[in-house]
Amino acid sequence: MNILLIILLSPFLGFLFSGIAGKYLSEKITGWISSFSILVSFIISLQVFMGLNGGNSVYESTVFTFLSVGDVFVDFAIQADRLTSIMMLVITGIGFLIHVYSIAYMHGDAGFYKFFAYLNLFVFNMLVLVMGSNFLMLFFGWEGVGLCSYLLIGFWYRNAEYGKAARKAFIMNRIGDLGLLVGLFLVIANCNSLNYDDVFAAAQTGKLSTGLITAICISFFIGAMGKSAQIPLYTWLPDAMAGPTPVSALIHAATMVTAGVYLVVRCNVLFEMAPVAQQLILWVGLTTSILAALIGLKQNDIKKVLAYSTVSQLGLMFIALGVGAYSAAMFHLVTHAFFKALLFLGSGSVIHGMGGEQDIRKMGGLKNHMPLTYYTFLIGTLAISGMPLFSGFFSKDEILAMVFTENPVVWFLAVCSALITGIYMFRVFMVTFLGGFRGTEDQKNHLHESPSLITMPLLILAVLSLVGGLLNLPELFSHEHGQWLKNWLAPVIGKSQDTLHHPSHNTEWILMGIAVSAFLIAWVFTRNKYITKSAVPESDEEINGIARWPAGKFFVDELYDACFVKSSEKAGAFLSKSDSGVFAGLMDWVTSLISWVSDLLGKVQNGRIQYYLLYMVMGIILMLVINIFG
Amino acid sequence: MTPDTIFNSLDVSHYIYLSSVLFCIGLFGVLTRRNAIVLLMCIELMLNAVNLLFVAFSSYMGDSAGQLFVFFIMVVAAAEAAVGLAIIVMVYRNTRSTDVGLFDKLKG
Amino acid sequence: MKELTFLKDRSGHIKISKMLLSLLGLPPAFLILSFITILCALYVVTNSNPVYSVLALILTFFSISAHYVLLNAQFLAVVNLIVYAGAIMVLFLFVLMLLNLNKENEPTIKTGWYVAAAISAGLLLLILAAALHRSSESIMQNSAAEIGLVKNLGKVLFTEYLVPFELSGILFLAAMVGAVLLGKKQSTEVNSKSDTEPSEK
Repeated sequence: MNILLIILLSPFLGFLFSGIAGKYLSEKITGWISSFSILVSFIISLQVFMGLNGGNSVYESTVFTFLSVGDVFVDFAIQADRLTSIMMLVITGIGFLIHVYSIAYMHGDAGFYKFFAYLNLFVFNMLVLVMGSNFLMLFFGWEGVGLCSYLLIGFWYRNAEYGKAARKAFIMNRIGDLGLLVGLFLVIANCNSLNYDDVFAAAQTGKLSTGLITAICISFFIGAMGKSAQIPLYTWLPDAMAGPTPVSALIHAATMVTAGVYLVVRCNVLFEMAPVAQQLILWVGLTTSILAALIGLKQNDIKKVLAYSTVSQLGLMFIALGVGAYSAAMFHLVTHAFFKALLFLGSGSVIHGMGGEQDIRKMGGLKNHMPLTYYTFLIGTLAISGMPLFSGFFSKDEILAMVFTENPVVWFLAVCSALITGIYMFRVFMVTFLGGFRGTEDQKNHLHESPSLITMPLLILAVLSLVGGLLNLPELFSHEHGQWLKNWLAPVIGKSQDTLHHPSHNTEWILMGIAVSAFLIAWVFTRNKYITKSAVPESDEEINGIARWPAGKFFVDELYDACFVKSSEKAGAFLSKSDSGVFAGLMDWVTSLISWVSDLLGKVQNGRIQYYLLYMVMGIILMLVINIFG
Repeated sequence: MTPDTIFNSLDVSHYIYLSSVLFCIGLFGVLTRRNAIVLLMCIELMLNAVNLLFVAFSSYMGDSAGQLFVFFIMVVAAAEAAVGLAIIVMVYRNTRSTDVGLFDKLKG
Repeated sequence: MKELTFLKDRSGHIKISKMLLSLLGLPPAFLILSFITILCALYVVTNSNPVYSVLALILTFFSISAHYVLLNAQFLAVVNLIVYAGAIMVLFLFVLMLLNLNKENEPTIKTGWYVAAAISAGLLLLILAAALHRSSESIMQNSAAEIGLVKNLGKVLFTEYLVPFELSGILFLAAMVGAVLLGKKQSTEVNSKSDTEPSEK
C-alpha cells in the first residue's frame, strides 16, 4: 500500500528538485537525480508486478478524501492491479531509459533543468492516470499529461512555431477532454460514484441502460480520440514533433498517446455492453490507420514519418479494441512502446549526428558513420514492419487474427495498412542509412556516432524489441508458455474476451503467412526502389499528381483552419475588442462619472462663508420643517 | 395710552412676527453683504431681534428672566463686536480688503 | 370687543387717521414703531454705503428701545441705548473711519444670489411665524408692571443669576485682552510684503 505512494511520489519529488534546485546544480547532478527518481519507481513497480501473483490480487491505497458532496465520495485513491502494473512498468522503464538518453541529448541546453522537471512531472501524472482507482484520478492524470505535453512540445519557446504547435496539441486535447468530461458527468449522475468497482458493478448488474452505457462509451472514446490522436483529432501529433526528440519518444510514442487505449481497456466491461461504440472505435481506428500510413509514405522529415507511423499504429490498437481483443491491444501497446521509442531515439541520434538536420533527403549512407544507430534502427524497422519472430510481428499478428474472426473486410484493410507501414518504414530506413551521403560537406565532417548515454538506451530497447514477442506468443508456437500476457490480464479483462473466437490453427497459419508475405512485398518493393534504383524522394516542388494528396497530409489541417480556426480567431478578436472597448469603456465611464460627481461636490466647499451660511440656513429650515411639521 | 390698553389689543404673537421679520432681514443681510463690518452689523440686528422677543415674552409672562437674558446677550454682543472688529482690522492690515468673498483659503 | 376710547379726542370726535391705524386692531404706537424699525432694518441691509448703514442701525436701536419702553422694560431700553447705540455702534464707526471705508466699493453680487438669500430668509420667516404663532394662546397675560425697574431686575440678577454675572465679567476680560492683542500694530505689515497682491481687488 505505501509502496504505491513511493512509486507515485518519487517522480514528483524529482520534479520539485529539478525545478527548484536544478538551476543551480550541474547538468550531471540534475539529470542523474531525475533519472534516479524514475529508476526508483521502476524498481518498486517491478516488486509490485511480481507481487501480483495470485489471481485477482490488487494493491490499494487511499490517501485522502478528495471531495464529498451529498452521497458522492471521491477519494485520492490509487491501486495497482495487473493491468496497471503492466502500464507502470512500461512508463517507468521506458521513462528511465529516456531520462538517461536526455542527459546526453539535451546537453548544453539552457533549460536543461526545466526539461527534466517537466519530464518528471509528466511521469508523475502518467502514473496517476494509470494508478488511479477512480475516474477522477484518471482525469487528473489525463489533464496533467496534457499539460506536460504542452510544456514539453513548446520547450524551445522562443520559436513561435513551436509555441503554436504546443497550443494546437493542448487545444485538440481539450476538445477530446470535453468528451471525457461528459462521460464522467454521465457516470456520476447515474452511479453516484466514480470508483471503477462501483461503476462496473452497476453496469454489470443492469442498473444502467444500454443507451446510457453507449453514450458513456462514446464520450470516453471522444476523449481517447483526442489523447491518442485518432481521426478527427490527430493533426496535433505530427506538429508535436516540434518538441525535443526524447519528448516525442516518451510522450508521443510510448506513454501519453496510449492513455486512450488504457482508458478503453480499463472500461472493457462498459464497452462490451455497447456494441455501437465498439463499431465506432473499429471504423475510426481503421480509417486512421490507413490514412496516416498513406500520409507517412510521402513525408520527408524523419520525425514526421515516425509521428504518422504512431498514429497509424494507434489506429491498429483501436481496431483491436473495436473487436474486443483487449489483451491483443495491450500487447501491441507494449511492443509498440519498445520499437517506437527505439525508432524515435534512433532518429534523435541521427539528428544529433547530423547537427540538427531532419530531412531524410539530405541524409544517406549513415550506416558507415553511425553503426550502432544503424543496427538498432534496423531492428526497430523490422519490428514495426512485422518481420517474423520480432516483437511487432507477434503483436500485429495477434490483432489481425482476432480481427479476422470478427470482420474479414476490416482484416483485409488492416493488412493493407500493415503493408503500407512496411513500405514507408523501409523507405525511411533505406533513404537515411543506405546509399550515398547527400548532405553538405560540413555535415559530413560533423557526422559521428552518438555518445554512450544515447546509444545504451538504444541497445536496451533494441533487445526488448527483439524479444518482446515472448510476452504473448501465440498458442501455435507454444501451448504451455504461450499467451502469457493474455492470461496475466485475464482477471481484469478476461470475461470480456470470452466472447472472442480464436481462429482455428490452420486459419491462423494462413493469416500469419499472409502477413509475412506482406512484409516481404514491402521489403522487395522498397529495396528495388531505393537501393537498386537509388531513388531519392523528390523535393517539395517536384511532387505532382496523386502524390500531392498524401504529401499535403490530405489537407486536413487546411480544412480545420478554414472551418474552425479562422472563425474562432475572429470571434476571439471580436470579443477581445469588445472587452477592451465596451467593458473597459464602461468601467472608464463609471470612473469618470464618479470623478465628475466628486468634482461637483467639491465645488460646494468653496471656502466662502456666505455660501456656508446659506447652506446652514437651508439646513435649519429643513430641520424645523421636519421637527415641527413632520 | 396706558399699558393696560396696549395689552388689551396687542398679543405676543405680534411681537413674534415683528421679531421674526427683523431676524430674517438681518439674515438676509448676513447672506448678502460682502463688507465684513456690515456683516457684523447685520448680526447685531439679528441679536436685537432676539432681544426684542425675549423682552416681549418677559413682559407677557411676568418673569424677569427674559430681561436678564437680554442683559447677558448684550454682554456677549459687546464682547463679540469688539473682538470681531479687532480681527477685521487685522485682516484688513494683511490683505487690504474687507470683502468676505475673497477669504476662501479653506476651499476644497 | 375692543376699546376704542382712545380714538376719541377731547372733543369726542374720532380722528380718521387714528381710526385707519387702528383698523388693524393694533395700537398706533406699536404700528409706527414697528414701521420705523423694519424700515431702518431694511435700510441697514440694502444700503451700499456702510456709514449710512451704521446710522440706520442706530435708528433701529432707538426704535427697539422704544419698543422696550412699551413693554415695561425701562431699564433695558436705556441700557440698549447706552451699550448698543452708544458704544457698539460708535465702535463700528470708529473702525469704518479707521479703514477709510466710507466709499463702498463692494463688487456686484449675482442676482441669483440675492434670490437665493431672499428665498431662504423668506422661508425661514414663514416657518418661524407658522411655528410660533399659536404660542400666544398658552401665555397668561400677567401685566406685572414693575419687573422692568432697576431695583427689581437687580434683585434677581444678583441672587439667582449671580454666577452668569461673574462669568460675564470674565468674558469681558477675555474680550478685552483679545481685542487689545489683536489690535496691536504688527512689525511686518502689508507694505513690506509682496505676496498679498492677489488678494487685492
